[in-house]
Amino acid sequence: MSETRTDVPTVWQRHTTVEVLARNAVWLAIIIAVLVSIRRVNIIWEFLWDAPEQMSDLISRMWPIDFAYYPDSVHGALMETFHIATLGTLFTMVLGLPLAVLAANNITPYRVVNLFAKFWLVATRSVNSLVWALLFVAVFGPGPLAGMVAIAFRSIGFVGKLLGEALESVAPGPIEALKAAGASRFQQLWYGYWPAIRPAFWSIILLRWDINVRESAVLGLVGAGGLGMILNAAIDLFEWERVAMILLTIFIVVVVVEIVITRFRRTLI
Amino acid sequence: MNAPQSAADAAVVPTPFKTSTGFKLAMLALVVYAVYAMGQLGFSWGRFVTGLDNGAVFLGRMFPPRFTHMDQLERGIIESLEMAVLSTFFGVLLALPIAILGARNLMPVWVTWPVRIVVTLCRAFNPVIVGIIFIKAVGFGALAGILALMVSAIGFVGKLFMEAIEEISMKQIEAVRATGAGFMSVVAYGVIPQVFSRLVGFCSYQFDANLRNSTMIGIVGAGGVGSTLFNAYQRFEYDFVLAILISIILIVLAGEMLSILVKRIFDV
Repeated sequence: MSETRTDVPTVWQRHTTVEVLARNAVWLAIIIAVLVSIRRVNIIWEFLWDAPEQMSDLISRMWPIDFAYYPDSVHGALMETFHIATLGTLFTMVLGLPLAVLAANNITPYRVVNLFAKFWLVATRSVNSLVWALLFVAVFGPGPLAGMVAIAFRSIGFVGKLLGEALESVAPGPIEALKAAGASRFQQLWYGYWPAIRPAFWSIILLRWDINVRESAVLGLVGAGGLGMILNAAIDLFEWERVAMILLTIFIVVVVVEIVITRFRRTLI
Repeated sequence: MNAPQSAADAAVVPTPFKTSTGFKLAMLALVVYAVYAMGQLGFSWGRFVTGLDNGAVFLGRMFPPRFTHMDQLERGIIESLEMAVLSTFFGVLLALPIAILGARNLMPVWVTWPVRIVVTLCRAFNPVIVGIIFIKAVGFGALAGILALMVSAIGFVGKLFMEAIEEISMKQIEAVRATGAGFMSVVAYGVIPQVFSRLVGFCSYQFDANLRNSTMIGIVGAGGVGSTLFNAYQRFEYDFVLAILISIILIVLAGEMLSILVKRIFDV
């Protein structure tokens, strides 16, 4: 056949016209949002031009780092931060699992219960841990207890959402086999769902633990214990050499935690 | 096919579903640690119960939420939105060249190493800590918050984008290079098309994260609705605090939906 077909377009287009329009609309929206924000935002621009000078001044004051401050108070605060993060994560494991089970539609086939569980997951997830800490300081008084509960609350939504999704994606085959063999509800959970989500569970918990160690380092800024408390004190007193020591500690801890987690992940999963 | 197992074989097969001893020991260790740590932090049941009583009083004062100072709330929320938009835009703008400089398949080692250290530094510190340092440098207000969120955008988008670039196929790069293209053309026609859809994903996630963080960073004085929240908290206006929290949750949800929409438009 040598004659040209007329039913195929002569110009090839990767996206349909609607797709192209939608994409251009997104770009336009971004440009408009940025321009409007620049015009409206309450910034004194002189301060921005001055910032590099101020920053270099600040960094020069941080030198030399006050290493003697570490055994003094940084170590104790660091341990407190570590305990807050780890205990908070453990409590999340205990509280997040049941909520995840309630939120998963294939295990709890009641829409109302699912929605109820999902509401709590969204609510705890949307409020930042620093805000939670603020609220729990008002409830439990300043100190690590408020910090730990705040960490646990913020994590429940995160862990519960991811676990719920993992539970919903479990293949129904093994579960049906268990049901056919006469397994009880609990046995289905323990022998059917748990082995299927175990790798996901540990990787979610480890990920959250990593985040929690970072976040618990700042909770002290609102009085919830840990490194943030001494950081706040040092900044208020303009003791920049000590601030540098605390920042260095946080940096090292974050790097070490990341290395530990990569190791664990390889053995657990 | 499935020949029945002999009796000897069946005897060797361990009990199915048995929990391993190592797992049990690890769980035991976790419980022991939890008890030890709670002792170290000075937790006690009494404190917890007192806290619950306080909590009941606290909740009582929060309800019903009071939507009265709408002008304050509106100003805070608009500022948070502006902070999220600007910090994501300029943060990503800075993160792109940084990621290209840090990608080991495009750049020599002496360039990638310093860049990688900078990105790790940006990622190591919570935006709140970066925020209080910027407050000392540029004063209280939205500017400190925007700069802090930009740093976290460089840390997050920079790292992930760097990894995405390192995973691309080098064949297309070679093809573009073979035409005699310069470095910028290689990036524009060889690198970006391969990673663009992932970049859209990272950016929309970062916008989402910046929106969340911009509602919190004001607690230390870096602008946004967090400042409104902290002021209300310090004046013990807990019913207004609840109203602010509800607004924050709604905004965060709206941001999440927006980023899902953008991802769908760009087929991520």
